Amino acid sequence: MSANLFLRKNTAFSLFEINTLEATDQQLQAISNELGLSLSLQEMKAIQTYFNAKGRNPTDVELQTIAQTWSEHCFHKTFKGKIRIDDKEISSLFRTYIAKATEEIKPRWCISVFEDNAGIISFDKGYGIAAKVETHNHPSAVEPFGGAATGVGGVIRDVLGVWADPIACTDVLGFGPLNYDYAKLPAGMKHPKYVYMGVTAGIGTYGNNMGIPTVNGAIYFDDSYTGNVVVYCGCIGLLLLNKYKKNAKAGHLIVVAGGKTGRDGIHGVTFASAELTEKSEEVSRPAVQIADPIQEEKLKRALMEIRDRELGSATTDLGGGGMSSAIGETAERFGCGATIELDKVPLKYAGLAPWEIYISESQERMLLTVPPENTEKVMAIFEKEDVEATAVGKLTSEKRLQLSFEGVTVADMDMQFLFAPPKSVKTATLQPVNVEEPQFPEPANLTETLLRLMAAPNIASKESVVRMYDHEVKGNTALKPLHGEYAGPNDAAVIKPLDNSWKGLAISCGMNPNYGKIDAYWMAAAAIDEAVRNNVAVGGRRIALLDNFVWGNPEKPERLGSLVRACQACYDVATALKTPFISGKDSLYNESPLGTVTPTLLITAVGIVPDVRLTVSIDAKAPGNLLYIIGKTYPELGGSEYYKLNGFLGKSVPKVRAVQARKTYYALTKAISAGTVKACHDLSEGGLAVAAAEMALASVYGAELDLRKLAEPLKRDDFTLFSESNSRFLLEVAEKDRESFEAIMKGKACTEIGKVTRTPRLVIRGFKGDVTVDASVADLRASWKRTLSSEA
Amino acid sequence: MKREEIKTLIMRVGGTNCDAETQRAFRELGAQAETLHLNEVVKRRNLMDYNALVFPGGFAHGDYVRSGAIWARLVMAKLGKELKAFIDEGRPILGICNGFQVLVEEGLLPGFEGVSAYPEASLAPNIRGYQCRWVYLKNENRGNCIFTGKVPEGKVLRMPIAHGEGRFVLPKEKEGALLAKLYENDMVVFRYCDKNGVAAEEKYPVNPNGAFHDIAGICNREGTVFGMMPHPERAFYWWQQPDWTRQTQMTQYGDGKLIFESIVEHLAKRC
Repeated sequence: MSANLFLRKNTAFSLFEINTLEATDQQLQAISNELGLSLSLQEMKAIQTYFNAKGRNPTDVELQTIAQTWSEHCFHKTFKGKIRIDDKEISSLFRTYIAKATEEIKPRWCISVFEDNAGIISFDKGYGIAAKVETHNHPSAVEPFGGAATGVGGVIRDVLGVWADPIACTDVLGFGPLNYDYAKLPAGMKHPKYVYMGVTAGIGTYGNNMGIPTVNGAIYFDDSYTGNVVVYCGCIGLLLLNKYKKNAKAGHLIVVAGGKTGRDGIHGVTFASAELTEKSEEVSRPAVQIADPIQEEKLKRALMEIRDRELGSATTDLGGGGMSSAIGETAERFGCGATIELDKVPLKYAGLAPWEIYISESQERMLLTVPPENTEKVMAIFEKEDVEATAVGKLTSEKRLQLSFEGVTVADMDMQFLFAPPKSVKTATLQPVNVEEPQFPEPANLTETLLRLMAAPNIASKESVVRMYDHEVKGNTALKPLHGEYAGPNDAAVIKPLDNSWKGLAISCGMNPNYGKIDAYWMAAAAIDEAVRNNVAVGGRRIALLDNFVWGNPEKPERLGSLVRACQACYDVATALKTPFISGKDSLYNESPLGTVTPTLLITAVGIVPDVRLTVSIDAKAPGNLLYIIGKTYPELGGSEYYKLNGFLGKSVPKVRAVQARKTYYALTKAISAGTVKACHDLSEGGLAVAAAEMALASVYGAELDLRKLAEPLKRDDFTLFSESNSRFLLEVAEKDRESFEAIMKGKACTEIGKVTRTPRLVIRGFKGDVTVDASVADLRASWKRTLSSEA
Repeated sequence: MKREEIKTLIMRVGGTNCDAETQRAFRELGAQAETLHLNEVVKRRNLMDYNALVFPGGFAHGDYVRSGAIWARLVMAKLGKELKAFIDEGRPILGICNGFQVLVEEGLLPGFEGVSAYPEASLAPNIRGYQCRWVYLKNENRGNCIFTGKVPEGKVLRMPIAHGEGRFVLPKEKEGALLAKLYENDMVVFRYCDKNGVAAEEKYPVNPNGAFHDIAGICNREGTVFGMMPHPERAFYWWQQPDWTRQTQMTQYGDGKLIFESIVEHLAKRC
């Protein structure tokens, strides 16, 4: 450290004053670097100006607090900041596209969107549903098990932070190829297989230990995830809406409850707002927290009792930024300031400096504000559950943040300054990718192709991982991720959360990173459409969306340009489908020595199933039943699994005709409500052929399809069978329901294309009438199960 | 005793997580069921107010040391005397999953010669790690176990398992003799089998954890203490079954209900 910049204060504990009064620009930048603040020069200068006006230097506690509050992770500078693109200026990506879609749809059933720890929608009998999805990419890259486990723990606390009882978890993961060549792995980078084992185990452990079923998810493999593992953790909660209390006032005590505070998780948020490097492990290992799910289980019990007895006035989780963001944001939200005695915080071990205590991200901690008259009752509840809880300060009417340690003031800042960082201005450019459509002859027979596709990592069964997650605990999982004896891949999970209601909750997701290599706009559009159609397929409706972006460094204009494109698609498709966003999060700076992450948008969809008894599963039900394809097939193979299998990317990325799609979805929902749909499966990776195979392999039956029945056939069988055009389904309808079903679907793209057969074979006739696929269901199942099987 | 007078205690500690659905199962059958933290039971000293006790599933105290070990020691230390009296009076004790592990760690099961001071068996780590899947169970009990009173001998039931440590094992050098003893005293209750009732012969995944002799659940000599790895509370309603969407006739309940029904009926008759 440069001695003249960092002045040790004469205190019994570690406290520094940082000499910004006379610091040059160069020195300001050096301060940011040396303290690991990840602040820009513009921001450092704003800090300098503020403290110069006060006529003093900031302390290390103050600088660290500012850095946490202003971090990309906490403040979402890119989404809220200005973006210059071509000659235009976007004042805020979030306001212009994401929030605007919700505002225009104006759904009355949205209770709280984007403002709290989780989005809240109404459900039934006075209950609401809370939903939140987070990313935990950087920690999982450094320490896969701990990073993923604490990702789950964090998102569960977000749901607790709106007083909701967590009832289901989701996880969507992205890894590099499991057979990645070790020799090509850059120094300091972990092998995808190691990351895969650690992350999946970490996810399972946390959810299982807390007794929350992990019901929906996906695993996606992409080369770019080798250096940038992608870990999305989601949680769904249930709450009585009249217990949703947020009425903290000056004078209320600030209580920290749960785990003790240690040095684990220092600088997690600033770490998450920087690129990964060879040295990430060495430098940032302390940024990864240690998970203790049992602590959080106890904490949950106590919080739920405090909620039911209405003893707290607000709660929030201690996540990114630790106490610094939880306390700051709580005070800000209720128009208060706060005084905190940092020496009261229970520590794992002695010797932490005040700034470390204040920004530590140690796990399993929640913050509560409690009216003083309820303190005793609240403390008794925590004690009964064996949870440590401590009042560390209180909310004040003076809008200042005042922190002390052993009686010494270590920070004193105006709330207004803390929550008004200089607005970031970034530049974006739109750079069309140079891609071409491949030319190759059509294979004579597609049986072998289909068998290989079934085994492609992005299509293959994820059973070996899903079985590590308890998806049954709580006994409310009505439609499971793995269906029946053959563990068929259901499109969404359905939960029945209330004992006295048949209403269900459909949880699904959509993600198509490969399309983003061609055009981020259509990638995002496809993700939304996929999440929605997965939900519709099981009987979901009134669908709410959560958006989670994983992108590269937004300082690089072309990365930001593709982010803008994706946000535009979010607005366009969500408004057309009338599916509002209720919550979202972004994880930027996903860059490693192997390059940037493939821009990835995960869309999580939460829909309502009016009666779980109407839920539709994927498996073929009875021989002789008719098979219909819903939605139009276009020659859209760009980014498809079929092209990938042949070593191509292509250009013809699947588009979304959203207005048309909405009409199809409404009709399909009607057909499901009428009870005419026996089985339904969405068409996604691998297209029609893979969907048909999956419907068959989930049952004991087979299927026959005849492509000549299609209204507007494409030129080639392979393109027809493997096109990944959006908004399509394969449906099973009983012969006796033919008329009523066709009447409901009138005017929509809906073609009878074959039937379910007693013989367990998948037989597909091509345009010329010849058999192009003929495979036994047992072989299809074996190919599909082999790739990621734990036995392999 | 009338059904509505039956009082069941679902005990929990930090990390227990299947209490709500277990409580729901008893209430659905018209019995009273209350969930209390061990700390509360110790404070109120009210164990003997209940007619039946359940140790539900979960990860009590994180299952550190060995699954169920810490909870078992706490119960024996703080409620040992009451628990002994509870057993001596023949009041039923059910352990599901983590609860089964607790009963073994407490020395209540198998209990070859009554309550043992040390665990006589173990629920060891699964051969293939943590598993969540539906399995078939064959009732091999000849009538001693009160928890299967409603299940005919030889009947095949279907329920899910979800555990990482459920491989029932006996001391290797005595396993043959002890198994004979289990049969002799009619303590074997459930064995993993295929859907036709053919024993798994310790083959995965029909036997999901590698349990010795495919044992999924056992009771004590008196038939009043019973532990099982599968979760009957997750197979209580028809809509919890993994393939109910295939069924043309929806049945009102799943197989797990029979376990709770047996307890309630036993208590209703007995008192």
